[in-house]
Amino acid sequence: MDMRVNIAGVEWKNPVTVASGTFGSGEEFSEFVDLNKLGAVTTKGVANVPWPGNPTPRVAEVYGGMMNAIGLQNPGIDLFCKRDIPYLKNYDTRIIVNVCGHAPEEYLEVVERLADEPIDMMEINISCPNVNAGFLAFGQDAKHVEELTGQIKKIAKQPIIMKLTPNVTDITEIAKAAEAGGADAVSLINTLTGMKIDINRKTFAVANKTGGVSGPIVKPIAVRMVYQVAQAVNIPIIGMGGISCAEDAIEFLLAGASAVSVGTANFHNPAVTMEVIDGIEAYMKKNGFESVKDMVGIVK
Amino acid sequence: MTTKKKEQAKVVSQEQLADGIFSMWIQTEAAGSARPGQFISMYTNDGSKLLPRPISICEIDKEGGKLRVVYRVTGEKTGTEEFSQMKAGDTIPVIGPLGNGFPFEKAEGKKVFLMGGGIGVPPILELAKQMECEKKQIVVGYRDAHTFLKEEFEQAGELYISTEDGSVGTKGNVMDAIRENALEADMIYACGPTPMLRAIKQYAEANGIECYISLEERMACGIGACLACVCKSKEKDAHSNVHNKRICKDGPVFLSTEVEI
Repeated sequence: MDMRVNIAGVEWKNPVTVASGTFGSGEEFSEFVDLNKLGAVTTKGVANVPWPGNPTPRVAEVYGGMMNAIGLQNPGIDLFCKRDIPYLKNYDTRIIVNVCGHAPEEYLEVVERLADEPIDMMEINISCPNVNAGFLAFGQDAKHVEELTGQIKKIAKQPIIMKLTPNVTDITEIAKAAEAGGADAVSLINTLTGMKIDINRKTFAVANKTGGVSGPIVKPIAVRMVYQVAQAVNIPIIGMGGISCAEDAIEFLLAGASAVSVGTANFHNPAVTMEVIDGIEAYMKKNGFESVKDMVGIVK
Repeated sequence: MTTKKKEQAKVVSQEQLADGIFSMWIQTEAAGSARPGQFISMYTNDGSKLLPRPISICEIDKEGGKLRVVYRVTGEKTGTEEFSQMKAGDTIPVIGPLGNGFPFEKAEGKKVFLMGGGIGVPPILELAKQMECEKKQIVVGYRDAHTFLKEEFEQAGELYISTEDGSVGTKGNVMDAIRENALEADMIYACGPTPMLRAIKQYAEANGIECYISLEERMACGIGACLACVCKSKEKDAHSNVHNKRICKDGPVFLSTEVEI
């Protein structure tokens, strides 16, 4: 059984990574899972300087999922390069660094800083719904996405994954813009903007008022979007949105994702990624697939 | 090294202590290394509820491999309601022990307040049982006459109770009980609602008393990765690189002067 996949020239030992923000930089989860077994670790978003994030409460449970408005709290790129990258280098897995910012200059500063670091790929978060400064609008506008992708590609030394928001009318337009800008891959979906009211406290369940909805409840939307984007672009797709078992992951692969990320499910079971990897292998055996690559996008 | 896992703990017994307050003993590997003030993540068996419920440890039976949790049912159709309906022999998924716990060893030779309020009362019990100090003054506050765990506390130290309605002990809160009984301490450990902890922190700092408080916040992962349950720290935190500490991982117990609440 060949579990390997190739994403924009980078070979992963299997198609499973984790969704940015759900796994830190891996250290806390290393007590529960063998990071060597993951196809890649995708880190929590890092910015040019430390960000304090949003006020609490930052999370709320919703039926079949959760809502978060962490606000991209992160230690900043300097400490990240000194601490988190060396930590991950202890493991035999691919390192994907998620990059966030408020404005193009901030993204570019981080991308430039990472250019000579020993990481395998970068994922550009142009879609977090929880920070101000018209940030989400950025990932919702095809022209801006193409422009930023182009600017990043000029200075990046690693393959670039553009992470797309589902909070748009037509996600294929944004995916095509990323491809036109030179993106090496796209990942989708980020969280869906939602709201929950706490009827006992008579206020918003998260302090930010709105938050990003994730978990099993968003999966059908995510599968649909991955399928649509797979028909629209020729670059690889990393699919995510509510994956909590191997069967979920296989849906994404069949719909056109070359790899998958497990996110919210890590909070329900810190070792879920191992079960997803084993389950994909078992499915392949049962269904006569020699290679993961043979499964990708076969449902048309 | 993978050393921790989500485990299927077995319910040993369950009883209701007061209106909405339940006590459950579970058989779990987590008992082996648990300390007072730590918590466990308890998961529901309802697929629509994904996030763990962080519940403080009330008692530890290391030899028997058992933990006791005393928890409040937060409403109808909630995860805690599901827990309250479990019976001996049922299984419940848990991860633990999590967090740092109270540094009770520091109490040696000291006159101590062990303070709990509302659903912050339970972790004070194991703390009281394990603590060796010169004077063990347990000050716990309740809403009304449902003074759950009272008998156990009476065995563990000098007990002072406050109730909001005045039905038992001092009428008012735990600070009122301290004043009414003219109590003094040179070390404080506390767990309870934020307004109570804020008052204790202020009292401790005004009197130069070393004080440890156990904080609470909405959590998602419970293991320090997601950054949902942060509190403000006085100094820049070495891990976060901002003025935030993780309650689940760096806490839930903090030196009162380290945090801003």
